[in-house]
Amino acid sequence: MPTALETLSLTEARASVASARVSAVALAEQHYERIAAVDPSIHSYLALTRERAFAQAAKVDAAAKAGDPLGPLAGVPVAVKDVLTVRGVPSTAGSLILKGYHPPYDATAVAKLEAAGAVLLGKLNCDEFAMGSSNENSAYGPVHNPRALDRVPGGSSGGSAAAVAAGLCVASLGTDTGGSIRQPAAFCGVVGVLPTYGRVSRYGLIAFASSLDRVGPFARSVADAATMLEVLAGPDPMDSTASALPVANYAAESAKPVSGLRIGVPDEYFGEGLNPEVRAAIERSLDGLRAAGCTLHKVSLPHTRYAVPVYYVIATAEASSNLSRFDGVRFGLRSPESDTLAAMFRNTRDEGFGAEVKRRILLGTYVLSAGYYDAYYRKAQQVRALLTRDFLSAFAQVDAIVCPVTPTPAFKLGEKTDDPIQMYLEDIYSVAASLAGICGLSVPCGTTKAGLPIGVQVLGKHFDESTVFRVGAAIESTHAAV
Amino acid sequence: MSQAATNSAGVSLEEVRHVADLANLELTAEELPRMARDLNAILDHIAQLNELDTSDVVPMAQVSDAFGVAPAAFGEGLRADVVKPSVDRAAVMAEAPESDGRFFKVPKVIER
Repeated sequence: MPTALETLSLTEARASVASARVSAVALAEQHYERIAAVDPSIHSYLALTRERAFAQAAKVDAAAKAGDPLGPLAGVPVAVKDVLTVRGVPSTAGSLILKGYHPPYDATAVAKLEAAGAVLLGKLNCDEFAMGSSNENSAYGPVHNPRALDRVPGGSSGGSAAAVAAGLCVASLGTDTGGSIRQPAAFCGVVGVLPTYGRVSRYGLIAFASSLDRVGPFARSVADAATMLEVLAGPDPMDSTASALPVANYAAESAKPVSGLRIGVPDEYFGEGLNPEVRAAIERSLDGLRAAGCTLHKVSLPHTRYAVPVYYVIATAEASSNLSRFDGVRFGLRSPESDTLAAMFRNTRDEGFGAEVKRRILLGTYVLSAGYYDAYYRKAQQVRALLTRDFLSAFAQVDAIVCPVTPTPAFKLGEKTDDPIQMYLEDIYSVAASLAGICGLSVPCGTTKAGLPIGVQVLGKHFDESTVFRVGAAIESTHAAV
Repeated sequence: MSQAATNSAGVSLEEVRHVADLANLELTAEELPRMARDLNAILDHIAQLNELDTSDVVPMAQVSDAFGVAPAAFGEGLRADVVKPSVDRAAVMAEAPESDGRFFKVPKVIER
């Protein structure tokens, strides 16, 4: 390969395979070699799917040789977060309670990647049931940030961001419920996409909070992420929440000029607590957009400060319901030696769930319990409506919003594990978009003096991924030009 | 009865035990006070929602509630009512901790 794996683009990878300059089999092998060499210090992979990868790669190579039409991801090595099911492959969701579980079906997102020719290398580490902002809640050990090994990669899709950043796959899938794609993308210096709620099927996603969960891609450039989303998006007979709205040619859209676009800058996202180096980097991105012909406008999202409390009511309530299915009866762990069914449920859940998952199940059960439903759950749903209205009014004036992803760059492992509130406030700039269902992405926009990546967030209207990719690509090119 | 979401009174150890019971969670003696402390801290944070008067706001349960698009745009159309093969039963039962191939086996349900 002329290009190092850490910088190999999806387009390049596919072109090399299509022209038979490199075989898909060789490309997969190079990635496995790099995983063996590098991943022991990062711990992004929980399982490797060699057999499946080489079978798929051989199929792609045969098609290339025969001159058959190739899919948009032909031969591209990818990996997916361990909350997505892959038939016959361990799928743990980062939890002990699913240890040894081999799902009997593929998630639609995984099936779509493979139908487009992608080569699945394995399953990626994450916070248990996608609950966390640092990947320290994985029952199988934390992921280390490839840009600074003593720091967290972010969460919950920490493995998905780290693997792309470290050249251990060309692109990956993560999931975002309150920031779990955008925040790790920012911490690891890669692109992460939050598609509109309903844009990508969730069949085969082990559910955390069903009114919020989304599947989205990580890649090393906006154009690559756009290509991934184009493959992933669209309706699915197995998921009634997947929208039938037309899917655009996102990669082509991302290349369109941004001149004339109106960019909103929300005051509420630039308040106290925003790290000065992060602020400076976002301001440089805004200057770049202005230079490219965008106009900048102040917008107000007045309910922003309520987003974290709303999120932790709604997400935990839904989680307490979703996670009641883990009971030791049908799959995964069962605690041995329980003499009644009730004791078996309890012992299994006690042994199988980690502390953060228990904390969220308890909180969710509490806010839904008799006498508290109106005060917490209904109240949170009402404020969710206000937060969404904030965005809809802003988008009446602007085409996209640009703001920070996180208040700080990647923090150190262990720094926030003792204080759940501190960890939850990590999501302060990401959860509002999750609650409103709008789309967005995180794109690298520089590094701190210490060399830590900084990400900038672009938010767009429901189903307007095209504009988000355009703005993201413009930021990427101004940053690359510096 | 509905209560205000102020958390000044705090959630007692007994209430945490009750909620754990509802959630089928067994908490150890060490876990219980830690969970009570965390739960109270989080509920205190959540209590700031009371600053907002939401009496006229329709609750938003789903993203599609937020604006008047046709539900079908959000995928809420129904698929054709046609019988199709489901996931293979043997593959499903093979994942059970204990099964006879047809049924899931569990410890006794009723104590006598």
